[in-house]
Amino acid sequence: MRCRRCGGKAVVAVRRHNAAFCKECFLTYFRVQVERAVREHRMFGPKDRVAVAVSGGKDSLALWDVLAELGQASVGVHLDLGIGEYSRRSRKVVEEFAMARGLPLEVVDIEGEFGFGIPEAARGPRPACSVCGLTKRYALNRVAREKGFTVLATGHNMDDEAATLLGNVLRWEGEYLARQGPVLEAGPGFVKRVKPLWRLSEMETAAYAFLRGIEYVVEECPLVSGNTQLKAKEALALLEDFSPGTKQSFLAAFLERGKPAFRATPVYLAPCSRCGEPTTGEVCAFCRARSGILARRERARAGA
Amino acid sequence: MRVRLRNPERVIEVAGVRDVRALLAHLGIIPETVLVIRGGELLTPEEALDEADEVEIRPVVSGGRR
Repeated sequence: MRCRRCGGKAVVAVRRHNAAFCKECFLTYFRVQVERAVREHRMFGPKDRVAVAVSGGKDSLALWDVLAELGQASVGVHLDLGIGEYSRRSRKVVEEFAMARGLPLEVVDIEGEFGFGIPEAARGPRPACSVCGLTKRYALNRVAREKGFTVLATGHNMDDEAATLLGNVLRWEGEYLARQGPVLEAGPGFVKRVKPLWRLSEMETAAYAFLRGIEYVVEECPLVSGNTQLKAKEALALLEDFSPGTKQSFLAAFLERGKPAFRATPVYLAPCSRCGEPTTGEVCAFCRARSGILARRERARAGA
Repeated sequence: MRVRLRNPERVIEVAGVRDVRALLAHLGIIPETVLVIRGGELLTPEEALDEADEVEIRPVVSGGRR
């Protein structure tokens, strides 16, 4: 296979564009896709202070790397989730990445901050990925706001977004469909969220990380089994294999024609009565979950 | 050829496949869900393979909600 841009030996094939690229041309293609996403969706500008959520996986490290390559200053925020060896390795990978590139990093220890780690939280009624996602969204928003960031960038890629969209469509989640997209605008107490990798597939972010020599955590989170989003990804991968471009057109057409058909109920955010983070109710979902986790611990102690 | 697979980590022997596409088809893997690596280089599905090759098939799918 030859590179579409320079005719050299190709190392990455991108079927949905009917293209293949050599290493240098693929890295250029990747940067152009990120620049385009940032520009088209007005993700951030020169006055913004950008935080990047970095887990230690390929997507977030690729994002942090490409933003630095594009000259965009950013600070990494890593949440140590307390998932044994997996979290220790993730933290080490992120710290070494930041050190090697001279990039500023904030590490938040979830257990130290909130009094519980994700493995304990996952023993409750909510699936592990659900309570973990809730905790991460909460912690990232709080850290980003407290540290004065105006934008929080995450490494969500096209496959993540297409799988989420499929899940939302299968359940006709009107409120979620009205809000899903590459940008979630700021609100009172809520930092703007952006997804600069949404135009790039998971294979492309992995190829970028590999070609840039980024050491990332390949192992899966040990708590992820039974995750429905993985099943949605498998279904979409089958469709994509049969008809390349399916995921991109699913997402792009949704943003252009689907999303406008859904109207979000206006939400009025007010400070949570316990923690002060923005919420639509009196007590935020995170504080309710946290109360449940700590109460379960007390009951277990009393019963022991 | 020796094929290294991840999640869980294991090494298997595969014989009689001529290129990356055939190797992935033999293992029932959709090409765009993995990186195929030989000697530190990424391989496209058309790349020819040799019986003496050692290749890694690295999944690209990450799960969970971020």
